[in-house]
This record gives sequence, structure tokens and C-alpha cells, in this order.
Amino acid sequence: MLIGAGGADPAGAEPGAPPPGMVRVDAGTYTPMFDVEGAQEIPAFYLDERPVTNREYLEFVTAVPEWRRSRVPPLFADEGYLAGWVSDLEPGGAPNAPVVTVSWFASRAYCEWVGKRLPTLAEWERTAVASETEPDGRELPAFHQRILDWYGQPTPSTLAEVKSTFRNYWGAWDMHGLVWEWVADFNTALVTGESRGDAGLDRGLFCGSGSVGAADFRDYAAFMRYAFRSSLQGRYTVRNLGFRGARDVVPEEQGGK
Amino acid sequence: MQGTPWSRLIATIALFGLTATAATGQELPVEHAVLVAPPSVPPAITRTEPAKVIVDVEVKEYTARLADGVEYVFWGFGGTVPGPFIRVREGDQVEFHLKNHPDNKLPHNIDLHAVTGPGGGAASSFTAPGHSSTFSFQVLNPGVYVYHCATAPVGMHIANGMYGLIQVVPKEGLPPVDREYYVMQGEFYTEGRYGDEGLQPFALEKALAENPDYVVFNGSVGALVGDNSIRADVGEVVRLYVGNGGPNLVSSFHVIGEIFDTVWAEGGSQMNRNVQTTLVPAGGATVVEFKVEVPGTLILVDHSIFRTFNKGSLGMLAVSGDEQPAIYSGKQDDSVYLPEGQVTLTASTPDPPAALTKAERMLQGERIYNQTCFACHQANGQGIPAVFPPLVQSDYLIADIDRAISGVIYGQQGEMMVNGQKYNGLMTPQTLKDAEIANVMTFVLNSWGNTGDTITPDRVARVRKNGPLDNAFQQ
Ligand code: HEC
Ligand SMILES: [Cu+2]
Repeated sequence: MLIGAGGADPAGAEPGAPPPGMVRVDAGTYTPMFDVEGAQEIPAFYLDERPVTNREYLEFVTAVPEWRRSRVPPLFADEGYLAGWVSDLEPGGAPNAPVVTVSWFASRAYCEWVGKRLPTLAEWERTAVASETEPDGRELPAFHQRILDWYGQPTPSTLAEVKSTFRNYWGAWDMHGLVWEWVADFNTALVTGESRGDAGLDRGLFCGSGSVGAADFRDYAAFMRYAFRSSLQGRYTVRNLGFRGARDVVPEEQGGK
Repeated sequence: MQGTPWSRLIATIALFGLTATAATGQELPVEHAVLVAPPSVPPAITRTEPAKVIVDVEVKEYTARLADGVEYVFWGFGGTVPGPFIRVREGDQVEFHLKNHPDNKLPHNIDLHAVTGPGGGAASSFTAPGHSSTFSFQVLNPGVYVYHCATAPVGMHIANGMYGLIQVVPKEGLPPVDREYYVMQGEFYTEGRYGDEGLQPFALEKALAENPDYVVFNGSVGALVGDNSIRADVGEVVRLYVGNGGPNLVSSFHVIGEIFDTVWAEGGSQMNRNVQTTLVPAGGATVVEFKVEVPGTLILVDHSIFRTFNKGSLGMLAVSGDEQPAIYSGKQDDSVYLPEGQVTLTASTPDPPAALTKAERMLQGERIYNQTCFACHQANGQGIPAVFPPLVQSDYLIADIDRAISGVIYGQQGEMMVNGQKYNGLMTPQTLKDAEIANVMTFVLNSWGNTGDTITPDRVARVRKNGPLDNAFQQ
């Protein structure tokens, strides 16, 4: 069992059962869009069942003053950090709405504080391709259209609460339709902005991994996530960008479900 | 513990944090580009020396009207589709600020075809929501150029409206004209079909198949029609900057009732004269000039013509002034032309056998409607606002059915009010037999929620015998 550096303690969970508030995603493979190395093996891991909320983030900044809006150094968060908050200790949005306008550095600090870490890009994507009923929903046009439709809409002025969209095969809520989410290695697949010349993107679009053709729905949703992540820097904050925590599954717990 | 080492991140910050400043040796006068919404263009540049021009453009994702009753989430430079017309002078140093509104969902950037440099600025302007980027370039080649977003997936960003024009005025200036306007074509791919009401999401599959539901000028159906028409007076020289954002279709740009005196081929420096229709490639632009000689309404179309009558690519240039009968007379004479040994067609061809029941008339009428009237009055008789009046629930039609029948026989033109909207168009006489007119009118009067009588061929014949009304077609 993993004991974190502070905050929530998963003690009491049954061996092999996910810690409270987390879901287990089984070991599997994930093929990044822009990686020459092909499919990656991903060991089983735990992921928060929903994004971190304003209330939880308030606990964090209450306990760790360095991450309050008035104290955070500009190197670790831009001027937009917690911009919607009324004051250092008063969130602007609903307590149960996802916390947004937090930098990558801040998200990472929060995760460490609760004994977790940010999910890797591969872990996040592996979880996110699941529909309500399938571990890989990418073959379902309706699943895809729903994601694309969300990407096509500007951010509403008031964000909905967590667990307001859908719960996927792994039990994770809001992987699509609520906020974008930070991942640990958000800038590994750098889309330069000159997307047409990007060797990786060309590969993703025009060769893909074997059977994937340019006309495939699957590329577009992932494409937009990659483009979004690539536009970020670690200190950036965005009005629709939050995060959730992850945790390793220790070796003796790996096994199957 | 997974994650990225701090060292690497700090390195990334350093890499991105640096803003390259373009080398500017001499001190140039600084001015802010005047940006106006289409179809207007900024004032002419009167400077004779280069300047540093600051261009500030904000990208917005916003919901707006695509057609009557149809909404769409546009992504637009400057919050319009097309984006603002940017005007600079050959040799100017441009400092471009791209701002991505904090409420936007996606990163955006800009590729200006007027830029000499990698990606036309795309990489340097790649910007997350709630952030802004600055980059500089010198404009070396005069001409009219497209700019567009080049963020992956590029096609989708363009399909949602992310394009506009930038003009680099040549050092020696341009010949003055009386009117300048900015028209840009683009297609929209929606989940619903043309005219299906409500907020319509982008349809990726249709975009991949290059099969749009809407082909429009300036971002929506009717953006250049009726009260939004562009205007000129008789005798004036008009210059149109015509761009095509695509993302897929090439435009056959034509103005009904005009000949382009000059076309700057592909927006470049080559002048072509006396052109009827000019191609505007996706991601390309052209400039056309013509003197308007007679009053009336000139119709801007994509002469790939089904797009115009069924997908929306129609605009209007209203020319006011006195009639010029020496140039265009109107109809002067109408007489029967009979080559030797022939008799008139109408007399020689018998009417088709009269359909007996109302149901049969409806069926035959529907076929005629779809062949003859559909292109203008649209699939459900809803028409096109300010261009083709509706036939569904039309107060004008119901008020006087014989008048409507007469209009179909003899054509009609001039002003008319239909359901409170003014129409000033022209319907040519429909060359149909009495029985066919009876059938199509029966169909119109009993379709899409209309309920009315059966029209008989006898009634049509009676109307025909009464002769044309005042508003009949007379060319
Ligand atoms: C080329 C385009 C075009 C075609 C084809 C056409 N119309 Fe019209 N129609 C018009 C225009 C334009 C007007 C308005 C004329 C004006 O403003 O004076 C009109 C007016 C009318 C009106 C009166 C106004 C109203 O809304 O009630 C009727 C009825 C009508 N058309 C019926 C028909 C029928 C039936 C057909 C097919 C047999 C047909 N039209 C074919 C363009 C067309
Ligand atoms: Cu864009």
C-alpha cells in the first residue's frame, strides 16, 4: 500500500481495491499518435474517479499557503492563476465544480500533497478512449461525435459540477465534456503549431497505426487534445483546464481484475 | 514516481519564454492597423514610406446565425467570418498580436499567406485559450492574400470560419476606385441538412467527403442580401476583393449582369480584362473591378450554380441611379417568331391529359415543383429571405390566387410584400401547359401545411386569357 506525503490516506482500503475516490484501470497498451516507438505497455494504475474540485483545492491552499493566488511565484503560474476566485481562500465557482485556472506546477503540487501524481498522457488517453460500456469506444461514431461536439463549444460561463457528464467503462467520470485536464508529460508530443508540417501529425493523419486512415473519426478527437496540450506551458492557466490525480498500483496488486 | 524532471521543464520555459524580436535597424513610424468588419475594407493607405504596423486580432468561438432559424458555433478572427480585412503597404514591418479569448475551448494560430517565413507565422502564433502571442514580419510581395488558422486539425478550424484576407498594397499605390468591398466564400458542414433548424454541430464526415450543406459569402446565408446588400451608384467603378476560405471547394465567382473589366488573376500582378467568371481557389483570392453602367440589382454568385440556388452562395450589389436605355433597353418588343413552315409550339402540342383527382394533381404537381420551382422557392416552399418569397403560408399568394397563377404564366417582377418582407426580384414566365400549372399550383396550395383548393386547367386558361398583369415580367 502506498502512503502519500500528506493529505488523504488510503489506509483502510481492501488489498487490491482502489483507494477511495479512485478507479482501477487495468494494464493494457496505448499507441501514441506521434510516437515512432508504437504501442506502449501501461501497467495497471488508479485514477481519480473525477476531476479535483474547488472545495478540495481550497483545502490545499488553506494548508499550503505558498500556492495561494497572492503568493504563487510567476515562474510557476501565470497571472490567470485562480483568477475566478473571490480571494485567496474563496473559490469563485461552485464547491463541487472542477478547479480550473491552475498551472501544471500547481496541479502537480496538489497531487503530491494528497499522495498522488498526475496521470501520464498515456494513462489519461487509455482511460479516455473508454465509452460507457467499452474499454475502447473509438469505433463508436456516436461516442466520437459527442466528444467533437464538446470540443466545438466555447466554455460556458459557469462550469457544471463534477460527475455531471458520463461514467465510463472504468468508472471514471467526466473524461470528456467538462474540462480539459493536465497530464504529467503534457508537452512530449509537441505540435509546433505548424501542424501541416509536423512529421508526427502527418504520420498520425496519413499513415497512422496500421489500419487508421485519415478519414477516421478517431484521429480527430485525439488530434484536438494533442493540439491543446501542445499550446501549453507549465505555468499556463486556462479557464477550462483542470486535473485529476493518479497513483501506481503496487506490483503485488498488478494482476488482472 | 512518473512525471517530467524539473530541469527539462525549466528548459522548456526558457525556450518558449523567449520572444524573438525582429531585427529592425531603422526607426519606423508606428501605426495601428484599422480593422473593420466585412464587407467593408479599411481606408486607403496614403503613406509613401514604410511603417511599423501593429495588428491586433482576437480569436473568438461564438454562436451566431448561419441561416434563418439555423445557428452554428463559429470560430472567427476578430469575432467575424471572414475575419477583418488587414491592409498594409509593401515593405511595412508588421507586428502581429494574436489573442485567444479566455472562454475559447481550443488553441488557435494564424498562417498569413502574405508572410515570407516558415508556416506563414503559424508556429510563432500558436496560442492557448486566455493567452496571446506576438510575432513580426516584413511584407515583401504586394497582392491580396488569405490568412487562416493552421491548428490541428486544420480543416476543422477553417471549416468553422477561421479565414480572412490581408492586402499588401504595392509601393506605387493602387488606382483609386469609387467603391471597395470585401467578399469571402466559405463552406459549412452541418449535421442537419440545409435549412434544418436549431444549433447545428460541425459534421466531420461531410467535411471529409467535401459535401457541404452551406456555401456562403461572408459567413452566413443572406449576409450580402436585402438590407445587407453592398451598394454603388450608376457610373461608379467597384472593386471587389474576393477570397475563398474553402476549406474544400473552388469558387466560380461571377456577377450576374456584369462583366469584370479587370481581374487581378489569382490576386497577383497579372491583369486580365473582360472576364465573365473567375476561379477563386480554396486558400486563394482575387480582385475584380467593373464599372456599373445601369441601375438594378447585380447578383454575386458561385456559378457552380447549385451552390447558389440550394446552398446559399448568393449576394447582391444594389446599383442606384437613372436608367441608361442606350446601354440596356429593357424589353422593347415581343412578337411570335415563326420560321417558315412552322406553327407555334404551344398551339401544336396538346395539353397533357387532365389529371382527374386532387391526389393525382398533387402527385404530378410535386414532380413539376421539384423540377421547376424548387431551385428558387426551396424544398419546403420556404424560399430564401429577401431573395425568393416563400410559398408556404404566403399572405400574398392566399390573398389572390388568380394573381399568383398569372404570375406563374406571365412572370412577375418589381416590389411585392410577402408576409411583411419586401421582395424586389424577378420570376421569369414558367413555360408550362395550363394543366401543368393547375397541378403545380394545386400542389403548392396543399403542401407543407398549406390547405387550399384544387386548381383546374380551365381556371388557368381563364387567367391566361385575361393577359398579363401590371407586375408581369417585361424584358
Ligand atoms: C428563377 C427563380 C424562380 C423560379 C424558378 C420560380 N420562381 Fe416564383 N418567384 C420568384 C421570385 C424572385 C418571385 C418574386 C418576384 C418579385 O419580387 O416581383 C417569385 C414569386 C412567386 C409567387 C408570388 C409570391 C409568393 O410568395 O406567393 C408565386 C406564387 C410563385 N413565385 C410561384 C412559383 C411557382 C409555382 C414556380 C414553379 C412553377 C415558381 N414560382 C418558379 C422566383 C422564382
Ligand atoms: Cu483555429
